[in-house]
Amino acid sequence: MRVQKTRREVIRGAAAAAAVPALWPRAVMAQAAPRIVIVGGGFAGGSCARALRAADQKLAITLVESRSIYTAPPLSNGVLGGIRDLATQQFGYDKIAAAGITVAIATATAVDAQARSVTLSTGDKLTYDRLVLAPGIGLRWDALPGYSEAASAQLPHAWTADGAQIALLRRQIEAMEDGGLVAIVAPVNPARCPPGPYERASMIAHELKAKKPRSKVVVLDAKDSFTMQPLFQKAWQEFYPGILEWKSLSSGGNVAAIDVANKTIETDFDNYRFAVANVIPPQKAGRIAVLAGVADRTGWCPVDPVTFESPQQKNIHVIGDAALAGAMPKSAFAGSVEGKLCAAAIVRLLAGEPPAAPKLVSNCYSLVAPGYAISIAGVYHPVDGQYVEVEGSGGTSPLDAPPAFRAEEAKFADAWFRTTTAEIFG
Amino acid sequence: MNFRVMMTAKGTILALALALLPAPAGAASLPPAGVAACTGCHPASGGDPALPRLGGRSAADIVAAMAAFRSGKRPATVMDRIAKGFSDDEIAAIAAWYAAQR
Repeated sequence: MRVQKTRREVIRGAAAAAAVPALWPRAVMAQAAPRIVIVGGGFAGGSCARALRAADQKLAITLVESRSIYTAPPLSNGVLGGIRDLATQQFGYDKIAAAGITVAIATATAVDAQARSVTLSTGDKLTYDRLVLAPGIGLRWDALPGYSEAASAQLPHAWTADGAQIALLRRQIEAMEDGGLVAIVAPVNPARCPPGPYERASMIAHELKAKKPRSKVVVLDAKDSFTMQPLFQKAWQEFYPGILEWKSLSSGGNVAAIDVANKTIETDFDNYRFAVANVIPPQKAGRIAVLAGVADRTGWCPVDPVTFESPQQKNIHVIGDAALAGAMPKSAFAGSVEGKLCAAAIVRLLAGEPPAAPKLVSNCYSLVAPGYAISIAGVYHPVDGQYVEVEGSGGTSPLDAPPAFRAEEAKFADAWFRTTTAEIFG
Repeated sequence: MNFRVMMTAKGTILALALALLPAPAGAASLPPAGVAACTGCHPASGGDPALPRLGGRSAADIVAAMAAFRSGKRPATVMDRIAKGFSDDEIAAIAAWYAAQR
């Protein structure tokens, strides 16, 4: 893991770059640089910050992020399967700061949409011309009886950019005795990374098959179907027969209660005594979205599909997993594209130009076994204020593809991860 | 916010270096809208050796490749599925932008 700068060092680096406008000619300085504040330094927020910086050197951009180390969720299931190091998932903000973006390692605690200001946990107050919220998801701690934030210290969710949760789940799987059961509780939609729970089940099954062959994985699902289901199930038959079982909602997957002390999950039909449980609760937009008044009754944030501006609060944009963007899945790939599109829309709005009609792509790879990945791609455009899939485009990898095709997709998954994370954090 | 007053000598040098870079002119410097969907795998410059590099490629090459992906003439893992979502005009604009990158 790389050495992380202290908050003071990060801010000092950023302050150096923020000093650029002082050296601009008087005519430019006559008008103060527009201030953009971005809350959330993941794929969406990070991409937005870098795209804004690339488009306009004059903007005063501040990125607010509560963690000094970001643990990227895509491919992190490989860590659970023992085929990736957690360190390859982790990134700091020093290069973002060096690029001339002020980085504030702090939690945004309040938004005043009237005064156009964001309050931070440090007590600082940032005023903005445009605010971009990219907080990702919040977990619904009250949705599963018996589960709570406190319980996640024993039954990790490992579903956010908190590396400690991934590390905990990995340690539990490593420490488990052969013959145990790993239970994965999969959430209802909409949720972050729809194929994620099934990729995770695959990666854990890979680990168990190699090291603890009498053990099993069961997915207890709140749904009756899931994305790329035929592709996953075909691969499970091939790689993990008798190891990985999926329980759909109607076949008893629905979780009625979780007993942390007795290591038991009660479903509508059965009791599962687990050695390790990974509980992925139902989700909503991150907390700051609610505080800013941009979340609706669903808990997510409706947005204008061209500008990503909230219809509920002027000058506040929402991107990434927190946004409800029609048919767009909540993927890191999509979040990053949304960040770039939102940046372009903001630059045009500030210049008094109409924003361009956007085109969005989401392309999600899922690793089922080492060197074996499947994908679902989609191209989306706004129709009547909602993102819909462009007719005839997108879809999943073929069901009957040869091993070389799966290997190529595994290679592409890695390459996309390296490219996009380098674009944001490099 | 008092971040800005924390200037250092080193910061001044960095600021000068940045000030000497050509300053793009806001909206005029934006890539065409479709490009946002491409650069996550095919950045303007550099990129991963596992993925085709597009920056500096001729626009005609990129247009031809996208047409072949769209029609299914060129075998693909994922580009066939993605190419079908883009119009001729969008592809032309994206190709021209990549051709202008170095």
